[in-house]
Amino acid sequence: MAAESSTGTWTTVWTDLLTDLDYYKGRAYAIEDVPGNDEAFYAFIAYPIDLFEEGSVVNILTSLVGNVFGFKAVRALRLEDVRVPRAYVMTCGGPPHGIQVERDIMNKYGRPLLGCTIKPKLGLSAKNYGRAVYEVLRGGLDFSKDDENVNSQPFMRWKQRFDFVMEALHKAQAETGERKGHYLNVTAPTPEEMYKRAEYAKELGAPIIMHDYLTGGFTANTGLANWCRDNGLLLHIHRAMHAVLDRNPNHGIHFRVLTKMLRLSGGDHLHSGTVVGKLEGDREATLGWIDLMRDSYIKEDRTRGIMFDQDWGSLPGVFPVASGGIHVWHMPALVSIFGDDSVLQFGGGTLGHPWGNAAGAAANRVSLEACVQARNEGRELEKEGKDILTDAAKHSPELKMAMETWKEIKFEFDTVDKLDVVHR
Amino acid sequence: MSDVQDYKSSLSDAGSRKFETFSYLPTMDAVGIRKQVQYIISKGWNPAIEHTEPENAFGYYWYMWKLPMFGETDVDRVLAEAAACHRAHPDNHVRLVGFDNYAQSKGAEMVVYRGTPV
Repeated sequence: MAAESSTGTWTTVWTDLLTDLDYYKGRAYAIEDVPGNDEAFYAFIAYPIDLFEEGSVVNILTSLVGNVFGFKAVRALRLEDVRVPRAYVMTCGGPPHGIQVERDIMNKYGRPLLGCTIKPKLGLSAKNYGRAVYEVLRGGLDFSKDDENVNSQPFMRWKQRFDFVMEALHKAQAETGERKGHYLNVTAPTPEEMYKRAEYAKELGAPIIMHDYLTGGFTANTGLANWCRDNGLLLHIHRAMHAVLDRNPNHGIHFRVLTKMLRLSGGDHLHSGTVVGKLEGDREATLGWIDLMRDSYIKEDRTRGIMFDQDWGSLPGVFPVASGGIHVWHMPALVSIFGDDSVLQFGGGTLGHPWGNAAGAAANRVSLEACVQARNEGRELEKEGKDILTDAAKHSPELKMAMETWKEIKFEFDTVDKLDVVHR
Repeated sequence: MSDVQDYKSSLSDAGSRKFETFSYLPTMDAVGIRKQVQYIISKGWNPAIEHTEPENAFGYYWYMWKLPMFGETDVDRVLAEAAACHRAHPDNHVRLVGFDNYAQSKGAEMVVYRGTPV
């Protein structure tokens, strides 16, 4: 494995003797049992830094998860974690702006940010779509979002979407007096088309655009992140296709590695899972990769699946985005788990409000602010959540209605990809 | 559909204007504000007071009331400065800020006296 992912092939070749292979080859320096799994081992492999082109996530992944994953000799193989040396980190652009600059641009402090993905995912006309955006923004959300598969389909071409959404955004700003954003998805079939859409978003004064980094690819993502840094637009990153790579506990790439690759390639937001919503995500493991997004130095911590210390040098942090099957009842747990530096996104939990999007948005904003106020007062959110929300609902009919609507909706399924712990 | 409630907000109704964190909650009482000041101090942040005419509230920069209170740990002194700012500018929004010098950002920001919105 060490050889195939660095210098080697399946046999010896004469040209090996023309170079200093002892310097260039990968080294397997430790092998450990995986706790709770009789059929798997951790293999620790180190590579010389010269094997990787500076600032290229593409090159890192092509080596580390290239041919070696198809080896007949190994039944299954998973990239659990990677330590990227600070010297290499500093060759990468990283997030175009980062958490602190985004707070300054959006003028939002002392609380998580609130978002909403516009539904139905596909099928709305551009004008109706803009209406849905306007309603959630005037109701009190900070952001709305294009769903990942909204690109430029026959029923809604990108240009009309951008035009209508930006009118919605400007009106909501004037009406509420607060700064608003909508993640305009510029993910496109070709890089040329992607940049064309990004340029138009900039022309319209959009504060933030969006990209799908796995389906779009790391070359496109890194280029777009650099463009965003140069042009002052924030970059929201969606992670479609991640579960194909990261969900099988024995084969593939762990999400903490995909997280690290995104922080190197560049993005200001990244979907992280919610712990409590409809999508997969073990709590301790999620806390681990949230730290990998936000902190500047993360210590090895096997209880959260973090195998190595990671020093991010001067790369700014990425906002984790919690999205997928969450509603007002989850708010106390979300504020407690994610803290202020996060984006909490309620799609169905905004648009499914019986009184409409604006009421749904207001319900979420009121519940968020009530939870933040209570937390600052030293109250325990996960224990007292029900009382906190019930009190807040006395002043907000929108919140009261939301609490009645979603009180029975829970997602209690066991996690498929658990951390490796001894279970016998 | 008859029990669907209208969402009251419009360009012409100045009451629709919000001012970020906590502005979707009812006006905080003195006890509530005191607890938020205590929170800022307990985090080790530097308290500060800023204010603006409501018509200029959208801008990034509000007027500083004096300088941030670096190292101040007395809740009453912070509250007294906010009250003094409000007395001097009774029609303005007055906000409480907690500067987090480690994050180089504001760890907290909330309007504690709401002026007359426009």
